[in-house]
Amino acid sequence: MNPITRYLLSWSMAVKVSSLNRKLLRDLWRLKGQGLAIATVVAAGIALMVAVFGSVSALTLSMDAFYEHYRFADVFASLKRAPNSLETRLRAIDGIANLETRIVVSVPLDLEGMAEPATGRLISILEGRNPAINGVHLRRGRLVEPGRSSEVVISEPFAMANYLTLDDTVFATINGKKRKLRIVGIALTPEYIYAMAPGELMPDDKHFGVLWMDREALAAAFDLNEAFNDVVVTLRRDARTGYVLERLDDVLKPHGGLGAYGRKDQMSHFFLTNELTQLEAMGGLMPPIFLAVAAFLLNIVISRIVTTEHEQIGLLKAFGYTDWEVGRQYLKLIFVLVGLGLIMGVIAGQWLGNAVMGLYNDYFKFPLLAYRVEPQVLFMAALVSAAAGAAGGLGAVRHAVRLSPAVAMAPPMPTAFRRTGFSALFARFNVSQLTRMIFRHVTRWPVRTGLTITGIAFAVAILVSSLFFMDTVQHVISVMFFEKERQTLTVSFVEPRAGAIEEEIRHLPGVLATQRVRSVSVRLHKGTLTERTAITGIVSHANLNRLLNTSINPVEPPPGGLALSEHLATKLGAGIGDMVRVEVMQERRPVIDLPVVQIVEEYIGLTAYMSLEAVNRLMLEGSTVTGVHVLADRNHVNALYRRLKDMPAVAGVSVTTAALDSFQTAMESTMYVMIGVFVAFATLIAFGVTYNSSRIALSERARALASLRVLGFTRAEVTYILLGELGLQTLIALPVGCLLGHGIALLISPALNTDMYSFPLIIADSTYGFSVTVVVVSAIICGFLVRQRVYQLELVSVLKTRE
Amino acid sequence: MTPPDNYLDTHGAESSPQTGDETFRAEGISKVYETGETRVHALRGVDLTLYEGELVVLLGPSGSGKSTLLNILGGLDQPSAGTLYFRGREVTALSQEELTLLRRDHIGFVFQFYNLIPSLTARENVALVTEIARNPMTTDDALGLVGLSHRLNHFPAQMSGGEQQRVAIARAVAKNPSVLLCDEPTGALDSKTGIVVLQAIARANAELNTTTAVITHNAGIAEMADRVIRFADGHIISVERNENRRPPEELTW
Repeated sequence: MNPITRYLLSWSMAVKVSSLNRKLLRDLWRLKGQGLAIATVVAAGIALMVAVFGSVSALTLSMDAFYEHYRFADVFASLKRAPNSLETRLRAIDGIANLETRIVVSVPLDLEGMAEPATGRLISILEGRNPAINGVHLRRGRLVEPGRSSEVVISEPFAMANYLTLDDTVFATINGKKRKLRIVGIALTPEYIYAMAPGELMPDDKHFGVLWMDREALAAAFDLNEAFNDVVVTLRRDARTGYVLERLDDVLKPHGGLGAYGRKDQMSHFFLTNELTQLEAMGGLMPPIFLAVAAFLLNIVISRIVTTEHEQIGLLKAFGYTDWEVGRQYLKLIFVLVGLGLIMGVIAGQWLGNAVMGLYNDYFKFPLLAYRVEPQVLFMAALVSAAAGAAGGLGAVRHAVRLSPAVAMAPPMPTAFRRTGFSALFARFNVSQLTRMIFRHVTRWPVRTGLTITGIAFAVAILVSSLFFMDTVQHVISVMFFEKERQTLTVSFVEPRAGAIEEEIRHLPGVLATQRVRSVSVRLHKGTLTERTAITGIVSHANLNRLLNTSINPVEPPPGGLALSEHLATKLGAGIGDMVRVEVMQERRPVIDLPVVQIVEEYIGLTAYMSLEAVNRLMLEGSTVTGVHVLADRNHVNALYRRLKDMPAVAGVSVTTAALDSFQTAMESTMYVMIGVFVAFATLIAFGVTYNSSRIALSERARALASLRVLGFTRAEVTYILLGELGLQTLIALPVGCLLGHGIALLISPALNTDMYSFPLIIADSTYGFSVTVVVVSAIICGFLVRQRVYQLELVSVLKTRE
Repeated sequence: MTPPDNYLDTHGAESSPQTGDETFRAEGISKVYETGETRVHALRGVDLTLYEGELVVLLGPSGSGKSTLLNILGGLDQPSAGTLYFRGREVTALSQEELTLLRRDHIGFVFQFYNLIPSLTARENVALVTEIARNPMTTDDALGLVGLSHRLNHFPAQMSGGEQQRVAIARAVAKNPSVLLCDEPTGALDSKTGIVVLQAIARANAELNTTTAVITHNAGIAEMADRVIRFADGHIISVERNENRRPPEELTW
């Protein structure tokens, strides 16, 4: 007797545990391997659930609290320039609770020790007061004082990424003049919880920051005295957003309004809610898989126990134990295993939840984002695990309850097998008897075999359907950065410029090639559907920034119509040949109907394209550009940056490699955690299923296996029967799992698409290979453990006893 | 069947002046089972020789050590002390793998509870052995030997206890074993069925010249033996030569 059993025994004697409970304790100890496997699978499901729903509620709570305390706007509108006197008319719009006008400008920033320019979003602060809408949460320091034009409050992530602190200085090129700004405060805002520069793909805290400055100083610098270029609005509860947007547009149109939009289209909020939706979707999809597997494992284990304990059940009932007292024993067993899983799951869920929050803290900047579990999540976890326990174990328990003592104590007959179509095949192909045993056993219990196969298949499927995302991202990166956007950097200008500026840039040091671009803000209408986006004019024979058709081949920009990204076309419900109404939101605001002539591959963003000449014609302008793509010699790029920082016309420089880097860093940091978690989970399931199935098979066939050993079969030959069965099931499960994984990926990949990203479903062969390998390796490890058991098979005692 | 000639009543196999070749020679075999603090002496220094082609019945109450001896003879168990020779080769020095080969090539077992493989038919249960043995008979011959030619394709669950035991005997003899070891082969059967089973064992012994040891606590069965070895408390208490061997069909119990 091993020490732990002995301890349990002496303990149970000491505290007067009933005989039945003592039996329960010993059963639990005997089942420790299988029981632990079941509990761990339950724990995985619960952990995921607790982590995911805990994260959702933590994010939601942090978001709501931040929004409320800092009065996050409901409606946003940008415009070119309007006099302050217009504010009264705006306030009169029905449904508006509060409104604030601002000056918001993007400028290039020059930071010490960083060659490339960064982009600063300057936001005005009026008279040193915290804005009434989109308030500033000061982390350190103070707000800027009125009239102090050199003071600035900067956003915390930008400060941290660039090691900036209070009293440090940054240089900003404000309206062509380089200005030295002193940091007096460091802050967060609900407007930039997810801070992404326009035109970028990912938050890049090093190259994009928000800076709050005194309104007077900004107005003076940008010729906006007694004027504003941005409006934020909070709505009354009963307000109709659509109506407010329309009225705002009406009032702002003569002042260069770029189109008002609601909170749901605000970048930061959009990403945040999107993340929440994805998280919830995952929380709804994964835990049920684990709990179903756990239920299946419970089912085979408890059924097996009830079968082996037939005689004991009969005996107990013959002694006068009631059906309920007998059944209760097995219920307790289920309760302990599931309860253990629940406890482990809740603990692991806290840990996982904290890890997830750690990741989110890198993207979403809240004053306080802490993982916490709401009691209702725990309640739900308990409920769900109880359901899994009931689904898995109740059938077997009912069988134990219903068993009549006489039937239970009668010696069991040998398991009945029937001749099937296989028998003729076996004879024909001279299949060895051991192999026949494998096939007969697998086909004798088709449901159990099917469930085992399904379980293993799910392990493969979980891997395929979670890891395919990396293939997709790799594909998107290689298309976006190596086929489509091949420039080193893109220079954008404060105002549209004459095309001659391209020549000027081409002659800067290190510039190898240039390509000009003209972009206008538009609203596209098709029927009742409207999308806010931009039309980008592309030159013919473009070599840096190219259009790609859906087969990833470069195509020329259409001269007489629109090229839409697939995602945008879908959102508008427009196909090739359909007419789309283009409403330009700037300058002379032309409205024109254009046909869709080309669908282009564009995984990121919702852009429409035309030929550059066509955009210039539409705007009734000569050769005009809003930016220039540059291919630069890496060895001279720092000199180029220096020159660009000094060019007054330059509003910003976005560096493609920096974008690629931040994209990859972001993906990788999330990915490795994700891969680790999913590999662990899949291994758990694969191992749990194979280990339990083979342990059950071993227990059912111990006699047959011992008999074979007596007949002179070697241990290896006997192991072959058991592992052959496991191998056969695994072998069938692998392709099924790959298909299942593909199916799940098909289901979830649309859920990954957002307005910003549209991900194609790409599953690399290596992903299938990796998934299959992980599962095969766990099956092999399980095989080794079972082999040990076969080797320890007690020949003599098995043979002397009746089954 | 004609029993070997010069068998004598003796009180120890070693003192027996045998002329037939030795199949097994056991010298001072002891077996002690240790479970926790208790030690059980199952065998206390047993000396015994079994000769080629003889049919021996091992008689004794349960717990007397006869099954332990049979398991040691068949290479299923190792003695705690003593030496066992099979045809002059020291069995007690063999490895697990060599013991497996010994069983595979030379030894047939029959147990009280048949131990058939439920997922294989009668013929397949026998084929299990013929596929790995060095010099087997055909499965059909083996099943014919026990009178089961008509139930070749039945699974164990479709057969009576007696039929299952006869399949077990067919499976044991199909390899043309040198030795047939039967542990309470009729223990789970009624006397009429038991006799049919014993006939099958006797026939295998006679026609294949297989050295056969049958364990029983049923003294009636002893009358079919060439020699009867009685066990008590881990000792052999007597070895008697049976002058008037009777065929199984004449036995009663």
